[in-house]
Amino acid sequence: MSKAIRNTITSFIVPILFIFTWAIFATKLNNPMILPQINQVLNNFVHATDDFIGLGSIPRNIIVSLIRVLLGYCVGVIIALPLGIFMGYKESISNLFSKFINTLRPVPALSWVPLVLAWFGLASLATFFGVPYGPKQVFFDNFKFAMIFIIGMGTFFPVVSGAAFGVKNVPKTLIESAKVLGASNRDIFFKILIPAAGPNIINGLRGGLGSAWGCLVAAEMLPGSLSGLGYLITHAYELARTDLVVTGIICIGVVGALLDYIFVVVEKRRFSWLGR
Amino acid sequence: MTQEYIISLKNLCKSYNTKENLTVEALKDINLDVKENDFICIVGPSGCGKSTMLRIIAGLETATEGKIIYEGRELQKPTKDIGMVFQDYSLLPWRTVLDNIALGLEFKGVSKNKRLDIASRYLELIDMTRFGKAYPYELSGGMQQRVAIARALANDPHVLLMDEPFGALDAHTRILLQKELLRIWERNKKTIMFVTHSVDESVYLADKVIVMSRNPGEIKEIINIDMERPRDRGDIKYATMTSKILKMLEVS
Repeated sequence: MSKAIRNTITSFIVPILFIFTWAIFATKLNNPMILPQINQVLNNFVHATDDFIGLGSIPRNIIVSLIRVLLGYCVGVIIALPLGIFMGYKESISNLFSKFINTLRPVPALSWVPLVLAWFGLASLATFFGVPYGPKQVFFDNFKFAMIFIIGMGTFFPVVSGAAFGVKNVPKTLIESAKVLGASNRDIFFKILIPAAGPNIINGLRGGLGSAWGCLVAAEMLPGSLSGLGYLITHAYELARTDLVVTGIICIGVVGALLDYIFVVVEKRRFSWLGR
Repeated sequence: MTQEYIISLKNLCKSYNTKENLTVEALKDINLDVKENDFICIVGPSGCGKSTMLRIIAGLETATEGKIIYEGRELQKPTKDIGMVFQDYSLLPWRTVLDNIALGLEFKGVSKNKRLDIASRYLELIDMTRFGKAYPYELSGGMQQRVAIARALANDPHVLLMDEPFGALDAHTRILLQKELLRIWERNKKTIMFVTHSVDESVYLADKVIVMSRNPGEIKEIINIDMERPRDRGDIKYATMTSKILKMLEVS
């Protein structure tokens, strides 16, 4: 048996054991409020395109959540990535920001909700661009600034740390050898620092995306939210539909894992030189 | 005016303060004249400032006092005419061997085709044509250091500074690379300043051995090695020379 097949089989052992345990407990307890049956959840996936508890189909909710996460993620990355790189590059910039950032880092994204609501209210992409009332407006109204802010916040910290750490820890001799070969400051920045810091930067971006997903449920609990996986979970909880809660959890997990896999592929392709 | 020396160090001093606020004189009053195409080795105990001296010449550190005259002019900043090879190879791990050798040419703005052409020639010089597309992690330490030497030479420097380049290699590889360096140097004459802590290495390679002492870092003696190359380690003259230098180092 080839190693690849063996590895694939190994990676399925724990999930299968988990599903078995779930099935046994669900049957023994026989109380869908505590633990839904597997077939109930499977049934939700089979009928994924149905309208669930008035929140639309599962693919629709996935798409709304995905766009929210990606919007917030992009905002977070656009701020965190250059800041992190410059913090790693210049000690003075690092001194300026690092204490401030380290103080904010442990604050959970959720605790910003009251303030964020006060700042942004229910403003969304629809209100910002003045989309006239209609199906388009309903769609764009899903993307509220408050949510984007919370998700961006979650993205920010891992990305800024990864970039700053990566750039700061580029071996000094790489920079020195480039200098002796006649590199300008620009050469050193783009041809030495950035590629050398690449693996750590990607690691930060990967952690940031995971964290962005983590903030999704918090962001979708905000008032005015009417769709998305996080909202599906909260609303299903209010209706005691644990089967839908589990369905939502599985969707968040699977979509998050697929996005993470993009980074695995990038690392394999771009960083084969690490020789791992 | 003809320039007799390619590099002259004039009263070079370097001192710095430690955390305990002690002043360390890494280099004190270094005066040294280096002739073009000479192979100079600098030996001394650790902490004698031999590496610092190279780093100042390379422009990576500044002297506290004194100056460096390079080709008749005072040296103010790093120049492409002076190349350097470091102990830890310092190849860019994300670039192939060929792209590593072409690095300095890329900084100079040489066109892609031309620099790959030049890099291939130096790849041939170090006898590694088969490895052009390999990445540094796929190479042994000795091979990586050969690539680093080729990278420095591809920039066509007049002076090559080498800071304990073979220090991290096993004894066998080290001897092979010493031979290879001499072969390259004979085909492609450069002024070489080579820092080492191995007395044997210095006697094997150099035209002149600079013996240094520490606290403060000073030049103790300059010894001419007048022996034909390739030198025979079994030769009595070789052994006498080696033990003479070793004795000097013991006293310091």
